[in-house]
Amino acid sequence: MKNLLAFEKVSLTYYTKTNETLAIKDLSFNVNQGEFVAIIGPSGCGKTSILSLAAGLLSPSQGKITLSNRQITRPDDKIAYMLQKDHLFPWLSIEKNVRLPLKIKSKLNTENIEYANQLIEKYGLKDFKKYYPEQLSGGMRQRAALIRTLCSKPELLLLDEPFSALDYQTRLYVCEDVYKIIRSENKTALLVTHDISEAISLADKIIVLTKRPATVKSVHMIDFDKSTTPICRREDKRFSLWFEKLWGELNFEEK
Amino acid sequence: MKKNNYSKKHLEYLKKEKKNSLVIISIQILVLVFFLLLWELLTRFNFVDSFLFSSPSRIYNTTATLYSSGELFTHIFTTLYETILGFLIATSLGILIAVIFWWSSFLRRVFEPYIVVLNSLPKIALGPLIIIWFGAGTKAIVFMTVLVTIIVTIINMLAGFIQADEDKILLLKSMGANKWKIFTNLIIPSSLPVFVSTLKINVGMSWIGSIMGEYLVSRQGIGYLIVYGGQVFKLDLVMTGTVILCLLAGVMYFLVAFLEKKLVRKPK
Ligand SMILES: Nc1ncnc2c1ncn2[C@@H]1O[C@H](COP(=O)(O)OP(=O)(O)OP(=O)(O)O)[C@@H](O)[C@H]1O
Ligand SMILES: [Mg+2]
Repeated sequence: MKNLLAFEKVSLTYYTKTNETLAIKDLSFNVNQGEFVAIIGPSGCGKTSILSLAAGLLSPSQGKITLSNRQITRPDDKIAYMLQKDHLFPWLSIEKNVRLPLKIKSKLNTENIEYANQLIEKYGLKDFKKYYPEQLSGGMRQRAALIRTLCSKPELLLLDEPFSALDYQTRLYVCEDVYKIIRSENKTALLVTHDISEAISLADKIIVLTKRPATVKSVHMIDFDKSTTPICRREDKRFSLWFEKLWGELNFEEK
Repeated sequence: MKKNNYSKKHLEYLKKEKKNSLVIISIQILVLVFFLLLWELLTRFNFVDSFLFSSPSRIYNTTATLYSSGELFTHIFTTLYETILGFLIATSLGILIAVIFWWSSFLRRVFEPYIVVLNSLPKIALGPLIIIWFGAGTKAIVFMTVLVTIIVTIINMLAGFIQADEDKILLLKSMGANKWKIFTNLIIPSSLPVFVSTLKINVGMSWIGSIMGEYLVSRQGIGYLIVYGGQVFKLDLVMTGTVILCLLAGVMYFLVAFLEKKLVRKPK
């Protein structure tokens, strides 16, 4: 499998007036093409910082981050970032919200708009194209945010706890949704979360982080078939075994 | 979400709402009529001195005299000109400065104390200086209007720009947006409500500025009418000036409120 994203001995220090925080220390890991990787770690350990680094919004204090062997120095067109909340712009219709990355990248040509429309249609938002975000349910908004993330045709998706703003029921559905969409579009994804069950139900590989400063504690290959969807995984008996194992590791960190 | 086939209950609700607002408008008119009538009667039957308090009919007569001598519109246009010019200069210049301060937090930090001091300074204190610098004419009055209005504009608009969601800025940056794109795609649309409320505040501020300027220096204008009336003890003139001012300020406010309706999309 081809290696897409790599962190090599990455450290990150934040400076403020009063103190200096070492958020990430000697962090190394790989994300291969087509893989769905989940990073779990105790809260405040530096998960969001890892994604900001990968997105090219921050640069590491030490170490190297590469995308297809080229160093990342600024936001890259091959990477798309999906934040914790949907962050749809309330003054834009769903259609225009989805096209936002195209507008920002000055790529609003007919071909790309056509592609955006296809995604909207394929993932069931066609009837809501002209609606405004406030008129949609939480789950639909999240789907719109995912389509926005996809419409600039990125290779790698960065997801920062994308479901944490949703209630439990919706979360299960949206999780299923997002999994299917990412799989069917053949995207590579890097998800960070502190929700163990979410990680198990989505990922091929789970990276467990230590508490701050974040570094890799362990890596687990999750042995479900790729075609098993999140809800099916939750019903599988291996699910609870994985859960217990990861829960133990994380809990050890939280103490 | 367009829905034209309202249910019966919904129609009833709409009818009630419409009736409510009709009732409110009629009462508003009644209050005004009652007040004018009371004022007229009290002065006509000498319960209060019409020399000191004027009366609606005397105000009407004064206006008619001013109109037939051709002075009325000279005064109105003079003040309108000063107010609108001051309003436009202060609003556009203030917004421009706010944009510059949003763009460069360095400049913002440098100039913050000056803005704070200028904001708390009573502008009338600068009156003598303004007269000396700009002469006793329209220029001085417009400058006073700008001075009164611009600082509030800068402070309000900058606060509006800065309150834009940090995470949305992050999202745009991750798409590769530069500062200009962040400004046009996020900062402008998210500051529209602040822009409209700034306009509303500025309408009031410019009237304060222009009338204050006319109190200081002027040969014509509504503010001049009021001051002159006071000096020669023609209180009819003072009252007439005040009433005209109320009407003008009201019209200008409604224009801005109309603009608000056009600009700000209300959630349905
Ligand atoms: N801009 C910043 N300036 C200074 N310190 C920061 C900054 N951003 C994050 N930190 C610190 O770095 C550490 C890691 O933060 P980060 O947001 O990456 O953690 P996280 O794992 O995403 O947390 P959470 O579980 O709350 O989402 C925290 O201790 C935080 O206080
Ligand atoms: Mg976080």
